[in-house]
Amino acid sequence: MPVKHKTTYPLTLPDCEGDILQIHELNFAYPDGHIALRDVSLNLCSGDKVALVGPNGAGKSTLMLHINGILRGEGDVAVSGLPISDENLPVIRALVGVVFQNPDDQLFSPTVFDDVAFGPLHMGLPENEIHQRVDEALAAVQMQGFGERLSHHLSMGQKKRIAIATVLSMQPQILVLDEPSAGLDPRARRALIHLLRDLPQTMLISTHDLRMVQELFPRMVIMDEGHIVADGKATELLTDAALLETHGLEI
Amino acid sequence: MHYHAFDHYHAQESRIHHLDPRVKVLLTIGFILSNALLPDGSWLAFAAAWLLLLWANDQTRLGLGYTFRRSFVALPFAIAAVSAIFSPLGQPLAEWNLGFITLIPTDFGVVRFFSILARSWLSVQMAILLVATTQFPDLIHAFEHLKTPRTLTTIIAFLYRYLFVLTDEAYRLLRARSARSAGLPGKHRGGSLFWRAKVTGSMAGQLFLRSYERSDRIYNAMLARGYSGHIRTLNPHTMQRSDWLMLILSVLLLLFIQIIGWYR
Amino acid sequence: MLLSPTHLHIPDGFLSLVVSLIFWAATVIMVGLAISKTNKTLGEKQIPLMGVMAAFIFAAQMLNFPVAGGTSGHFLGGALAAIVLGPWAGILVMTAVVAVQGLLFQDGGLLVMGANIFNMGILTAVIGFGLYRTVSSAKKGLRLTVSGIAAWLATMAAALLASLQLWISGTSRLEIVVPAMLGVHVLIGIGEAIITVAALAFIEQTRPDLLTSEKTASSGGRSWIIAGVVVSMIAVLISPLASASPDGLERVAADFGFLDAGQGAAYQILPDYTIPFLGETALSTVFAGAVGAFILMGLLILLGRSLRRKSVTSEH
Repeated sequence: MPVKHKTTYPLTLPDCEGDILQIHELNFAYPDGHIALRDVSLNLCSGDKVALVGPNGAGKSTLMLHINGILRGEGDVAVSGLPISDENLPVIRALVGVVFQNPDDQLFSPTVFDDVAFGPLHMGLPENEIHQRVDEALAAVQMQGFGERLSHHLSMGQKKRIAIATVLSMQPQILVLDEPSAGLDPRARRALIHLLRDLPQTMLISTHDLRMVQELFPRMVIMDEGHIVADGKATELLTDAALLETHGLEI
Repeated sequence: MHYHAFDHYHAQESRIHHLDPRVKVLLTIGFILSNALLPDGSWLAFAAAWLLLLWANDQTRLGLGYTFRRSFVALPFAIAAVSAIFSPLGQPLAEWNLGFITLIPTDFGVVRFFSILARSWLSVQMAILLVATTQFPDLIHAFEHLKTPRTLTTIIAFLYRYLFVLTDEAYRLLRARSARSAGLPGKHRGGSLFWRAKVTGSMAGQLFLRSYERSDRIYNAMLARGYSGHIRTLNPHTMQRSDWLMLILSVLLLLFIQIIGWYR
Repeated sequence: MLLSPTHLHIPDGFLSLVVSLIFWAATVIMVGLAISKTNKTLGEKQIPLMGVMAAFIFAAQMLNFPVAGGTSGHFLGGALAAIVLGPWAGILVMTAVVAVQGLLFQDGGLLVMGANIFNMGILTAVIGFGLYRTVSSAKKGLRLTVSGIAAWLATMAAALLASLQLWISGTSRLEIVVPAMLGVHVLIGIGEAIITVAALAFIEQTRPDLLTSEKTASSGGRSWIIAGVVVSMIAVLISPLASASPDGLERVAADFGFLDAGQGAAYQILPDYTIPFLGETALSTVFAGAVGAFILMGLLILLGRSLRRKSVTSEH
């Protein structure tokens, strides 16, 4: 039975058709029966910077895992015009850089270099290009010279930056970040905000940090119980106290 | 995460669920032992054992086919027994010429093969029934009562507790890896086999360190709560009269199955 | 499916009672020894450490890597556990892992669990640690190389022993099961070796303190080296013999009476023995067999206890 889209706020779709990411009526239930996504539709245009907010369990992380095909629900997901399918999957993984919430999951190699080089190596790039990409990615997160360091010995803020570098080295078109500012001290959080502001990629970032949204993101999407309940200008949504309260959000 | 499937316990109000876990452990082992003792080709006895199994299934109120549906886990291993069909002992039944090799199935071999399958299939179902009707901590208690060394049961208890945590962690590592396992059209994807195995080895090392450090933290938390090298547990189980009755009745049934098997 | 580790987890029904009980007895002795040894060397901290390490091995077995044609290599972990934690703790950890796999997931049987623990926990620890110990104070490169060889050999030996158990039980033909099992495990063993080496290299890089040679030295020296080398040699010698001329091995086994003892039911241990009041019937031989099996097992346990006591006192 299709669940009716409960919209509590007018959806304002972006101007373009969603040239980089199109999600149309996506539904997903976990094997244990828990329904995580209900009729989710979302379009992203090149250069969009979108914050995805909502309480824990709203389906944010589940949605993110659909964007590069780790989870496959019912409905259509297309990245840069490529529908998610088994043969498109390798290319889609190169187009979408997913950074998981816990950097320890992302950093599984002994040294920082090995981790940042994992993606390019897997793509079969020549060695000199790999070195160049690693250097560029580390420079982009201001961690030049950390290549030989052991991931295990880094601070939380450093790990988060390296985790972002591990996908930047793949030169993705969309960055998908799951709660990047969680667990950071104020200084590391500030540095992360500057980093995110300076990265040119299209971004979809899930977060509980509404102050960061206020500072960085023109567009905000609110999810609750598997639905997208609002999608619009962050400045407008953030002033709607009733809406925020209904979905358990506060600045 | 989504590894609830690990726990095979199925809550239900039934006589078998309420049975003392020791009785259930002993009867499961007794049943498997009885199958091992039956001679090859004692089909009547295997059928009787199967009836006993069906009765036990029924008693658990999980449904007659409960263990049958889950009994195919040992099936792939049957490949190992296929060669028994061509045992040189016994009379040849046919001759299959495959060009490079001639296979001669014998009557002895065929009987042996199906007897092995019957024993395996019956035994695995009883083991399934045991974990479906007994919570794992109760099972550990039962083994403690049955004089399994405390060190070992405590390690198993820790294993059970952290199994879920660490498999989740391994699963997240795998997911983070596949998220970055991209490919470009026209380029060889995935690097060399050696490199892939090496990355997996790093993941194992990573997981090892996290587990090791976690065990340090657990130990500190245990010290903070007064651990002094001995794990103390309450042993809540006492054998009731119904437990003894069930034990005796089932042992008699197993003996009966043996008589069928050997007298036929 | 062909390359999954379940191929070493023998289910119930595939080993004869005698083979199952003999390996149970051997396992009980080794695990008993391991408990008393670890109690002394690791102290009270051992229990959470070994418990979490057992969960680690369990989780690490989930880690796989694509090999070819949709199959994937897995990790067994016996050699790694023995090298990092020492052989005794390694045995206990693998015992817990195999026990839970058999009990909770029916991955391996209960009556044959002794054999499964022996193959995957004890044999791998003896070979893995024994060979590693020969070079434990050498340079890093040599140590890693040897641990890789040890991990490969441990996997092969476990597969070999499992095939021999299947053969002696009359479940598989020797000339089929040995080449099949070894053939599959040549590949699995290579994966195992690379993963073991990479994991050790990782630990060496990040927490070298966990791999200090004093720690391995304290868990016993020469006897492990001898055991490891001897067992490896036996495995290396038997494998080609078993795959190239199975008839030879078959004849040796028949001459020594292994085959009869293994294939028949337990009553063949006490062939002339019958329970008086039951008369000379099949039932009586069954009883005799069961009694005999339990006596044998009891004796082996007692032997294990006395060995344990001896080894405890000899160290004071």
